[in-house]
Amino acid sequence: MNSSKPFDAAKRRLLSGAAAVAGMAIAPGVTLIAPAEARKAGEAASDKVRWGLLIDANKCDAGCDDCVVACRTENGWQGHDRPATDPQWIRKVNLKDNKTGATLSLPVMCQHCENPPCVDVCPTGASMRRADGIVLVDRHICIGCRYCMMACPYKARSFVHENTSGQKPHMPRGKGTVESCTLCAHRIDVGGTPACVEACGQKAGKEAMMFGDLNDPNSAISKELAKRATTRLRADLGLVPGVHYRGL
Amino acid sequence: MKPVLFTQIEGNSGAYWSLLGWLAAFAAAGLGAMWYMEHNGHWVTGMNNQVVWGTPHVFAVFMIVAASGVLNVASISSVFGRTMYKPLARLSTLLSLALLAGGLMVLLLDLGRPDRLIVAMTKYNFKSIFAWNIFLYTGFFAVVGIYMWMMMERRMNRYTRMAGIAAFIWRLALTTGTGSIFGFLVARQAYDAAIMAPMFIIMSFSFGLAIFLLVLLVACNGTDRPLGDATLAKLKNLLGVFVAAVLYFVTVQHLTNLYAPEHHAVEAFILRDGGIYTGVFWIGQIVIGGLAPLALLYHPHTGKDRSMIALAAGMVIIGGLAQIYVIIIGGQAFPLSIFPGYDVSSSFFDGVVASYSPSLPEVVLGLSGIATSLLIVAVALRALPFLPASLADADVDPHYVDPPEPEVVEAEEEGAGEEASEIA
Amino acid sequence: MIHLKGLLGILFAAVMVMTIAAPAAMADSTVPLPSPAKAFKGKQCVEPADVMRRQHMTFLNHQRDETMRQGIRGNKYSLQQCINCHATADPKIMGGTVRTLQPFCGECHEYAAVNIDCFACHNPTAPLETSENMPLDKMIAAHLGQGNPDVSSGKAGGAQ
Repeated sequence: MNSSKPFDAAKRRLLSGAAAVAGMAIAPGVTLIAPAEARKAGEAASDKVRWGLLIDANKCDAGCDDCVVACRTENGWQGHDRPATDPQWIRKVNLKDNKTGATLSLPVMCQHCENPPCVDVCPTGASMRRADGIVLVDRHICIGCRYCMMACPYKARSFVHENTSGQKPHMPRGKGTVESCTLCAHRIDVGGTPACVEACGQKAGKEAMMFGDLNDPNSAISKELAKRATTRLRADLGLVPGVHYRGL
Repeated sequence: MKPVLFTQIEGNSGAYWSLLGWLAAFAAAGLGAMWYMEHNGHWVTGMNNQVVWGTPHVFAVFMIVAASGVLNVASISSVFGRTMYKPLARLSTLLSLALLAGGLMVLLLDLGRPDRLIVAMTKYNFKSIFAWNIFLYTGFFAVVGIYMWMMMERRMNRYTRMAGIAAFIWRLALTTGTGSIFGFLVARQAYDAAIMAPMFIIMSFSFGLAIFLLVLLVACNGTDRPLGDATLAKLKNLLGVFVAAVLYFVTVQHLTNLYAPEHHAVEAFILRDGGIYTGVFWIGQIVIGGLAPLALLYHPHTGKDRSMIALAAGMVIIGGLAQIYVIIIGGQAFPLSIFPGYDVSSSFFDGVVASYSPSLPEVVLGLSGIATSLLIVAVALRALPFLPASLADADVDPHYVDPPEPEVVEAEEEGAGEEASEIA
Repeated sequence: MIHLKGLLGILFAAVMVMTIAAPAAMADSTVPLPSPAKAFKGKQCVEPADVMRRQHMTFLNHQRDETMRQGIRGNKYSLQQCINCHATADPKIMGGTVRTLQPFCGECHEYAAVNIDCFACHNPTAPLETSENMPLDKMIAAHLGQGNPDVSSGKAGGAQ
C-alpha cells in the first residue's frame, strides 16, 4: 500500500466540487496529497459547511445495490443472516406508485437532518449533529435505549444486537449501542467522498449519487440542486434533511 | 371518629415467608433473564430493528404509569380532604414508590448498555423527554418519600397536606412526561398526538387504583384486618369511574384519527386488520380491561361480591397491559410512512407490518419488575406500620369531618404487630 | 421503628467487620503485581511514561470527545496509536496469531479492578507485522486511495 499515491483523475472528479489537489502536512514529516478541502489536523468541523447528498432515482437501477455493498465493506456492518436484527445503514427501497403503477428504486440512509428528531430525543446527547451537518451516534455515551430509533421517521438506525468482532479501525461498533450512516465522516474529514457515492459512480457507473457542500453555492451539488426541483423525504415534518431526491 | 391506628403486619406465618420466597425467586429470575439478554445481545429477544421496544417496555411503562396513579388514594385524603381515605394513604405512598422502583428496574435492565447507568445520570440532553423523565422519576422518589415521612411522623403531620399537594402535582407532571414519550414522536403514525399525555394520566388513575384495591384486599384478608363494605364500595365505584374515563379517552383518540385520511391506514390496522393487535385491542383492552370490569363493578350483585371486585380489578390490570401493548408494540409494528402514495418494498421490512413475538427472557424480566415491587411492599409492611389495624366502617366513619386530619398513632413497640393497644 | 434500627445495626456491624478484616486478608494476598508487556515498537510514548500511567485515560477521553463530536483528526492521543505500538502477540490469546492490547492494558487494569470500556466497540487487535508507524489520518487517507481490500483487512503493511 502506498499512502501517498495521488488520486487518479476519475476519483478527483468525484471529490465534491473542487478538483484542485494540494499537498498538505498532516503530521510532522508526513506529506499527503489530498483535495483542497481536507481539514487540517487539529481543526474542528465547521458550520460554514453543510454536507449533503443528491440522489437521482431516474439513474438508479432496481437490480443494483453497489452502494449498499460499498457501505457494508467500508464500515464493516455485515449481518448474521438474521434479517430482523441485522443492521442496515443504507438500503435499497423499491417503490411502485399505487395509482399509476410506475416504479422507482432508490437508496435510503440517514438523511442527516437539520432538525434531527433522533438528536432531540436522546437522553444523554449521544445522538448528535456535528457542526458540518453530519448526524452521528457517539457510542461512548450511548446507553442503548433505542429512543432515537423510535423517533427517526426514515428507519435509518440499527441496534447492534450481538457481539462484534473484526471492526474496521475507523469504524468501531459494539453490542448494545445504536448505529447508522455516518456519511463516511472519516473519509470526508480527509477530503474524501462517501463510499456509496464513490461506488455508484465508479463501480456501477450510474452516477446517481452526488456528494458535496450544500452551503457553497459554487459546489457541483448546489448548482445541480438549483437546476431542477428536488424532493426531501417527509418534508412535511420540517426536519430539513441533507439528502435530496430527484425523480420521486 | 377514632384516631387511626397503624400497625405492622406480623409476618411470621409460613404463608408470608413463602410469599417472600416466591417474589424473591421471580426477582432473581429477572436478573438471570437480563444477564442472558446482555450476554448474548438483544437478538435472543423478540425485539429487532423494527420493534425496538418490546415486552419489558410494556411492563415498565405500565408500572410507571400505575405508580403515579396509585398515589391518587393518598392525594384524595391529603389534597382533597376526604377523611375516609386517610387510613389508606400510607399504603398508597408505599405502593407508589415500590411500583416506580420495579418499573424503572425493568427499563434499566433492558438497556443495550445497562452498565452505563452512570452516563444516564451524568450526561443530559435537556431537549429529551427521557432526560426530563430521569428528573421526574428521581424527584418523585424524593417528593413521595417526604410525603410519606410527613404522614408517618406525628410531629410532621401538620405538613402532610403541603407535601401531599407537592406529590400530587409531581405525579401529574410525571405521567405527562411518560405519555409524552409517545405523544411527541412525530415519526410514527400511531403516536404524535397531544391526547397521549392526558390519556396516560387517566390510565394511571385506573391502573393504579386497580392495583391498590387488589393489594388492599389481599393484605386485609391475609392479616385478618376488617375491611368495611362502605370503604370498599367507595373504592370500587371510583375504579368504575376511572375505567369509564379511560374508555372515553380511547374513543376520542381513535375518533380524532378516524376523521383524518392521513391516519386511516393506522386506524384500520389497530381496529380492523392488525391481527394480533386488533385482537388485543378489542378483547384485551376494550372487553377485558373496560366493559367487563364496568359490568362487574356496577352490577347490583357482583358489585357487592368481594371476589368479583377483585376479579374486576385484576381485569383492569390485564386490560391495562393490553392497552400499553397495543400502544407500544402495535404502534411500532405498523410500517413508517416514508413514501406516501407508493407501495414500498426493501430488505429492511419497509412497507410491511413488523413481526414481534415476546420471548421468554423479556416476559420474565417484566414479571420480575412486578415481583420486585411486591417484594418491597411485603417487606415494608412488616418493617413499618403502613396498614391500619381496622378499616371497619365504624372505624372509618365517612361523615366525620372535623378535624380534617385525624391524629395518627403508631405502634412503635417491637413485636407490637396487630395486638398493639390503641394509644389515643 | 425498632425493626429498622435493628436492621441498621446489623448492617453497621457487617461493615465494621469487613473494614477490620480486609487489611488482614490483603496481607495474605497472593495476587501478583502486574507486569505489562513491553511496547511492540518504539522507545518513547507521546508523553513520559509516568505521565501516561496517571493520565492516559484523561488524554484518551478528551481526544475521543474532540474527534467524535467536533471532527478533529490527527491529534496525538489516539487509541489507534496505542494499538500500533503496544499491541503484542501472546500465545494465550488467539494462539498468538494477532497482536492485542490485553498483555499491556489488561495486566494493570485487572490488578486495579478497573474495567476498560474501549474494546466493547474498538477492535483491539492488530496484524503481527507492521512496516511503519502510521498516524490515523494517513491510515484513513490510505483507505481512500484504495479499492485495495488489503488495507481494510489488515493484510498490507499498514498498522490496523
